[in-house]
Amino acid sequence: MDYKLTQEQEMVRKVMRKFALEKVEPIAAEIDEQEIFPEENVKLLSEMGVMGMIYPKEYGGSGTDSISYAIAIEELSKVCGTTGCIVASHNSLACGPIYFFGTKEQKDKYLPDLVTGRKLGGFGLTEPNAGTDSAAQETTAVLVDDEYYLLNGSKMFITNGGVAETYVIFAMTDKSQGNRGISAFIVEKGWEGFSQGPHEKKMGIRGSSTCELIFENVKVPKENLLGREGQGFKIAMSTLDSGRIGIAAQALGIAQGALDKAIEYSKTRVQFGRPISTKQGLQWMMADMHVRTEAARQLVYRAAYAKDHQKRFTEEAAMAKLYASETAMWVTTKAVQIHGGYGFTRDYPVERMMRDAKITEIYEGTSEVQRMVLAVRS
Amino acid sequence: MKIIVCVKQVPDTSEVRIDPKTNTLIREGVPSIINPDDMNAIEAALAMKDANPGSEVTLVCMGPPQADVALREGLAMGCDKAILITDRVFGGSDTWATSNIIASALVEMEYDVIFCGRQAIDGDTAQVGPQIAECLDLPQVSYVADIKQNGDTLTVQRNLEDGYQIIEVKMPCLLTCIKELNEPRYPSMGGIMDAYQQEVEHWTNEKLQIDASLIGLKSSPTKVNRTFTPPAKEPGILVPDADVEEIAKVYKDLKSKHYL
Ligand SMILES: Cc1cc2nc3c(=O)[nH]c(=O)nc-3n(C[C@H](O)[C@H](O)[C@H](O)COP(=O)(O)OP(=O)(O)OC[C@H]3O[C@@H](n4cnc5c(N)ncnc54)[C@H](O)[C@@H]3O)c2cc1C
Repeated sequence: MDYKLTQEQEMVRKVMRKFALEKVEPIAAEIDEQEIFPEENVKLLSEMGVMGMIYPKEYGGSGTDSISYAIAIEELSKVCGTTGCIVASHNSLACGPIYFFGTKEQKDKYLPDLVTGRKLGGFGLTEPNAGTDSAAQETTAVLVDDEYYLLNGSKMFITNGGVAETYVIFAMTDKSQGNRGISAFIVEKGWEGFSQGPHEKKMGIRGSSTCELIFENVKVPKENLLGREGQGFKIAMSTLDSGRIGIAAQALGIAQGALDKAIEYSKTRVQFGRPISTKQGLQWMMADMHVRTEAARQLVYRAAYAKDHQKRFTEEAAMAKLYASETAMWVTTKAVQIHGGYGFTRDYPVERMMRDAKITEIYEGTSEVQRMVLAVRS
Repeated sequence: MKIIVCVKQVPDTSEVRIDPKTNTLIREGVPSIINPDDMNAIEAALAMKDANPGSEVTLVCMGPPQADVALREGLAMGCDKAILITDRVFGGSDTWATSNIIASALVEMEYDVIFCGRQAIDGDTAQVGPQIAECLDLPQVSYVADIKQNGDTLTVQRNLEDGYQIIEVKMPCLLTCIKELNEPRYPSMGGIMDAYQQEVEHWTNEKLQIDASLIGLKSSPTKVNRTFTPPAKEPGILVPDADVEEIAKVYKDLKSKHYL
């Protein structure tokens, strides 16, 4: 295995790091504190082709490989978990299913606006009673007059819920078929009967928008069925395989960001007459943080590499997400520890990083789910 | 329009190390970037291209083969072509020799405007741009902070330390840009992917055929005596409530510094 990044990947890192330091880091604390969606930066990211970077140029995407994609999210998340989340969910969860399962007409209609970031997208699988058990869908879609589906139900915790205009929504079309009775639909904001609940007040990634979506007799044209009837669960699971690489990269970035801050702080904080970085107890802590972060990086890039080179990468993606997210939680907790009382205050970014890290163990499949995925495959 | 941007790759640090023997820069081990003012020059060129569809922006860089990455970055920002002027015999050139070399390359090319950065952060001379203009016998405006185009005439604002000038200049011409001119765009992801599919032309002295007396370390008249970092300008003092007492204090202060 060749461990060297390509020149393109190196430049993606250089450019994204510069952007993150100049545009993202300066507002990261504020958008967290005030729960502001970073609209301006999302616009800039769209202009830079980051919002649909892994999709081909024919649709207006950037045609990058998945390692470049992981690097971009990593660099953004190093300074702001919110921004990493917005980019990851739009790319993987919203554009992904339409690109991989859409008809030519659906792709031509929806992808150009999505991959260029002109419109944002969302992915609605989770429901109040269908979380980890996502097959227990209660939202229903009933075909009427062979013309449109009547969509009823609600979706919980939908990322970009307040700002997206195009959604991929899952619903039961034939309950008797269980998993195989779920179908996916492309649903547009503004259709009659489609409304959203209030913003969730969250522990972390507070600048990202998370809402409940409510469907009351929403007429979805038949041509907006994504894939075949009954193919929805497969579409969801395959989308999440890709999505997990993005979340793993987000977790990796948060871990690296916290490690960098911890090292920097330990060199300036003096106790017992010398910087605390001279204390072996903390040196060993930081060495471990470094090792785990690097191990996470290797798993994340390996999963991205697998996605670019093989058909299935479920296992690689699950491993990367599981390990990177638990590493992010562990490393950020240690980073706060190294900052002492100051790390517990909002004056230092590690406090936010620790809160942001937690979501990576929960969404797109909890850590328990990743272990379940891995257990049945080993 | 044909637009040319001259860019330099520089070490990404304000602490440049100098080889005590040759008094030239040591580049090894320092990450490299496109010189900051040159980023403004690239943005100015791209903005002009945006305003004049069908225009072509060509990057010209003199430097070692490693400067390739700077040109790729410029291509990723949206420039169309890139030329690297590179040859061992160019090594050690001072600003005079460098201007000779770059100008020799530019006479081979078509252009309406040549954009340069004001100065490079590793030398701070601000000489190469103006010298290229002299070699090419072109009108030049330095320290450009604003550009308005009207046909083949440019109206530019030239910033000086204590004011500014508005200057009209006919194309073809050469402008040196400062950071107040614009905010450089970021390279795009698609641009990065394309940049490595493109060819960066290498022009050596075999192509340019410049006389040895005009190029390289030996032909460079500049001898570096001493280098230093100029001290930062101290901030001014504001006197908000200018009553008689305050004015008297200011008067005394200025007098003590021999300004009055
Ligand atoms: C900020 C945020 C953004 C989100 N964005 C989206 C989005 O864009 N689209 C979307 O569809 N969803 C989204 N989600 C939903 C997210 O994917 C779910 O919250 C997650 O899958 C867990 O579901 P749940 O919250 O219902 O927890 P539950 O399923 O109720 O789980 C509770 C606990 O039980 C554990 N558990 C459950 N079943 C098992 C089992 N069989 N074995 C062992 N342990 C088990 C879980 O791991 C967890 O620890 C988002 C959530 C959040 C918080």
